[in-house]
Amino acid sequence: MIKFTVEDQEGTRQELEAPSDMGLSLMEILKASEYPVLATCGGMALCATCHVEIVEGKAGLEKATDVELDQLENLPEYFPNSRLACQIRIGEQLEGAIVRLRGEDVV
Amino acid sequence: MNPSPIHTDLCIIGAGPVGLFAVFEAGLLKMRCHLIDALPQIGGQLSEIYPQKPIYDIPGYPEIKAQELVDNLLEQAKPFSPTFTLGERVDLLEKQADGSFLVTTSDGTQVHAKVIVIAGGLGCFEPRKPVLTNLEAYEGKGISYMVKNPETFRDKNVVIAGGGDSALDWTIFLSNVAKRVTLVHRNETFRGAPDSASKVADLAKEGKIDLILSANLKAVSGEDRLQQVILDDKDNKELSIEADYLIPLFGLSPKLGPIADWGLSIDKNAIEVDTKDYSTGVERIYAIGDINTYPGKLKLILCGFHEAAIMMHSAFKYVYPDQKLSFKYTTVNGVNAF
Repeated sequence: MIKFTVEDQEGTRQELEAPSDMGLSLMEILKASEYPVLATCGGMALCATCHVEIVEGKAGLEKATDVELDQLENLPEYFPNSRLACQIRIGEQLEGAIVRLRGEDVV
Repeated sequence: MNPSPIHTDLCIIGAGPVGLFAVFEAGLLKMRCHLIDALPQIGGQLSEIYPQKPIYDIPGYPEIKAQELVDNLLEQAKPFSPTFTLGERVDLLEKQADGSFLVTTSDGTQVHAKVIVIAGGLGCFEPRKPVLTNLEAYEGKGISYMVKNPETFRDKNVVIAGGGDSALDWTIFLSNVAKRVTLVHRNETFRGAPDSASKVADLAKEGKIDLILSANLKAVSGEDRLQQVILDDKDNKELSIEADYLIPLFGLSPKLGPIADWGLSIDKNAIEVDTKDYSTGVERIYAIGDINTYPGKLKLILCGFHEAAIMMHSAFKYVYPDQKLSFKYTTVNGVNAF
């Protein structure tokens, strides 16, 4: 299990615990934890509704693929540490990270 | 004044895979369908988001590309002559005295139907809007999120914002129509099609367009209608551009939209249905596919197909109240076109 922190749209932070050996994505953990993430495309890096900002802990993450960067670039608003949660695998590298929800499609 | 409404048995809201298969299932029971979709083409998210992606869990197809599945479903529905209203969003749903419904779209098209089938997937795809104060005030007064008729922009000063393919393509196209096109992009480079990107760079070099890179939209202003677009340039300085039109092109995202106002029971952006027949709490309105929810729901195309078949047998009583429905196999009866 690893632990990381999620900051929602209101700025409230909560620590989450997730198994690092089940091949889950950050998007799946956010959805399972009842965060309002639409994840329209189901994890194909095609809709950008799971847009997050990695406030801390970006260094250890795998680099974004071209498909992911294409999506991020198309958003009206994006940040130097923007990522799509569906493209981030839950693993040791996420231990202690701080993730801020940025999906403007959140309802 | 609206022209006279389109009359049909079933009005299907959403022309994605489940909506298309619903036409087939309705057709087997001799019920006609009219489909409405907010997107300009049929196929829903399959055609809009991932046409070239392979799908592996359609029964009978070890692998099929999303667009191919849509094409096949349309072919399968053809014997039942479905009609379509595309590029329009359903805004109003009004119950008539006889229990039927009158549907009105964003463009004023009206459809009169005995039964409503909501197969709306994740809602309607709407343009992503930049976060700017007063943005809404200028919508329709200089700000548009899509180019419907390029002639609107003839001899006008047009600012296009965005860095994807549609921003590049429309910049190239409108450079021959508008008085002046300014393309604003937040990065130094484009990730869109290399051909289009170099064409845009050439146009900028030739002085035919203004290309402003590493800049962000900051504000919009004008009396009565849009007159200026204000940018934050690469040195964080304000830059004001004379503009008759601003076209922000930041892609599309799904929104539940007006469906939320139709008196249906909604849970987390999905419509609650009775699994007996996928009916909603409102008589004669059904919801199938990704837009519905019930205990154990799986958002799979194949589940939507199943829901369509069950739901049509329930809707039959509203279309043919005097007839008894008998279940028949296509292997016995074939497909009887109309």
